Amino acid sequence: MSGSKTFDLASVSLRELNRFLHKDLFGTTHVRVEHPDGAHSIAVGMDAPVHVDIAGHAGYYAAGMNKHATVVVHGNAGPGVAENMMSGLVRVKGFASVSAGASARGGLLVIEGDCGLRCGISLKGGDIVVGGSVGSFSMFMAQAGRLVVCGDAGDALGDSLYEAVIYVRGSVKSLGADARFEDMTDADFTAVAGLLAQAGLAHDPREFKRIASARSLYHWNVDAQQEY
Amino acid sequence: MKIQREESWGYDRRVLDYIQHASATGLYEIRGLGAKRKVPHFDDLVFLAASLSRYPLEGYRERCSTKTVLGTRFATKPIELAIPITVAGMSFGSLSANVKDALGRAATEAGTSTTTGDGGMTEEERGSSKTLVYQCLPSRYGFDPDHVRRADAIEIVIGQGAKPGGGGMLLGQKVNPRVAAMRTLPEGVDQRSACRHPDWTGPDDLAIKIKELREITDWEKPIYVKVGATRTFHDVKLAVHAGADVVVVDGMQGGTAATQTVFIENVGIPTLAAVRQAVDALEDLNMKGQVQLIVSGGIRTGADVAKALAMGADAVSIGQGVLMALGCNSDTWIRDARPDGSGGEHVPCTDDYAALGTAPGFCHHCHTGRCPVGVTTQDAVLEQRLQPPVGARRVRNYLKTMAMEVSTIARACGKQDVHHLEREDLVALTVEAAAMAGVPLAGTNWIPGR
Repeated sequence: MSGSKTFDLASVSLRELNRFLHKDLFGTTHVRVEHPDGAHSIAVGMDAPVHVDIAGHAGYYAAGMNKHATVVVHGNAGPGVAENMMSGLVRVKGFASVSAGASARGGLLVIEGDCGLRCGISLKGGDIVVGGSVGSFSMFMAQAGRLVVCGDAGDALGDSLYEAVIYVRGSVKSLGADARFEDMTDADFTAVAGLLAQAGLAHDPREFKRIASARSLYHWNVDAQQEY
Repeated sequence: MKIQREESWGYDRRVLDYIQHASATGLYEIRGLGAKRKVPHFDDLVFLAASLSRYPLEGYRERCSTKTVLGTRFATKPIELAIPITVAGMSFGSLSANVKDALGRAATEAGTSTTTGDGGMTEEERGSSKTLVYQCLPSRYGFDPDHVRRADAIEIVIGQGAKPGGGGMLLGQKVNPRVAAMRTLPEGVDQRSACRHPDWTGPDDLAIKIKELREITDWEKPIYVKVGATRTFHDVKLAVHAGADVVVVDGMQGGTAATQTVFIENVGIPTLAAVRQAVDALEDLNMKGQVQLIVSGGIRTGADVAKALAMGADAVSIGQGVLMALGCNSDTWIRDARPDGSGGEHVPCTDDYAALGTAPGFCHHCHTGRCPVGVTTQDAVLEQRLQPPVGARRVRNYLKTMAMEVSTIARACGKQDVHHLEREDLVALTVEAAAMAGVPLAGTNWIPGR
């Protein structure tokens, strides 16, 4: 069996949808989810290279812990979209709520609109491209991976960063502890250009600023005790 | 002239050491293991065994079940254990890979479960553990949906008894290349574990998070929620409302690999008080028996296990005790043991303790990574001091001993199942313990505060 299958969440339970995605794909390459109506945990725990279209708004944790799959939310996404993603692509055509891409270890998350607080918190290797702006405390304690923000960033951007890197095209309201602006290098311009191309967004990489860790909190010391 | 040696209660040698260390360094102390202060504990309770008013079972022959089932509320595949004693979550990073392997072997041989920890699941522990509980921690270090699928249960960690609300720390000397790679961090940095989860806040969100994990695991695996003991009555209720199959309550005597001493000794409530509050919460919700309760934090002996069960726990979880079974604070380590872990030569290591500024029996230097007996280290040489067969044999023996002690007490109380031990079988030796545990002061029918 191959081809496409449609689940209408107005008449089929979320459990049936996710069970199918986990255990019954048998060659199915495309799944369409109709009437999501903000349901939580749509297409979580995917582990196959299938394309899932969610035809509307999704609730918490859409495409959570995704591996291999491409998931497109044709609407807005609730908290924790693509949290702990390992690989694949998750695209939100509208806005995303808090903690988008939290602790993602791989893959690409594209949010075409704005994104709420803590975007990319605890990021561990995934990439995130936001077409609009991001809220405060984005990339808090992010360890690896990249965030590209085509709009503005809120307060405390990159607080307690490790090795993750942030690129912002617009303004940054404030930086968090241990985050600092750094000069863009040729490698940064290439990286931003590549991520924008993958996201389908047309901006000039030269308009972006780089934010990374000053690495002053990597080792415990008394002078940093209030920020450690 | 006679020298006056009257020690100040308020400024005893411990406080003097603290003030002098703080004034010399400007640093607070970070250390391992758990609270050292004396607090009301299971030692302050005793059993009322059978006599004329109760009928005992024959202590060595009659059957007394220790079987324990966890996760019966929603999971389609609950966990069945041979004994009510589990191995607590401790990270690869704080412990060596050999130790994680040894714990898995011991738990499997004893018919119980072991638990991962901050930093993710190692192949060694998955391979050696028949039943492995996978922790979902705020840091999400190494968190992997493949490991979620390979686990037998998931434990969402909200807090830890040694440091509720405090997050965690793994000092750079233990962040070797393998630990760094698993946690996606630079080698040698002081690694901070967050105190809050990155993708949810509050009990309403937790309910949604639990459902996400249930969907990912196709509702097969039990979901535990672990809390450090503070406002335990309310926390347990909220965990139950959020949909937990099992609630784990960790009292202030619980251990840690590295935490500020001020935190270890001054934050949280004793296990004895916490278990009482947790059981009250389950009974208040009429969920006793539907949601299982695991108690941890200073469980050391079969008597402690029996008392926890009598107070209403379904199982206990042990961390520091199994480390000590492995050799923690021993003055020797074992070389050239037989393949089954028996025999071997005891090699003295008191000098290694001295190099850390401590001695066997007093060591709490897990945070240094220089564990003289090879338990809490990532050093390539030191970790060889604890070989998995030796550790497995010692921990298995410890677990077996405690299981026998629990059933011995249960039989004496006339129970054919250790889970039939009940609060009515206990009395307290002190007013404080009676009040915290909610059992009468021995020789009276007085429960303070009731």
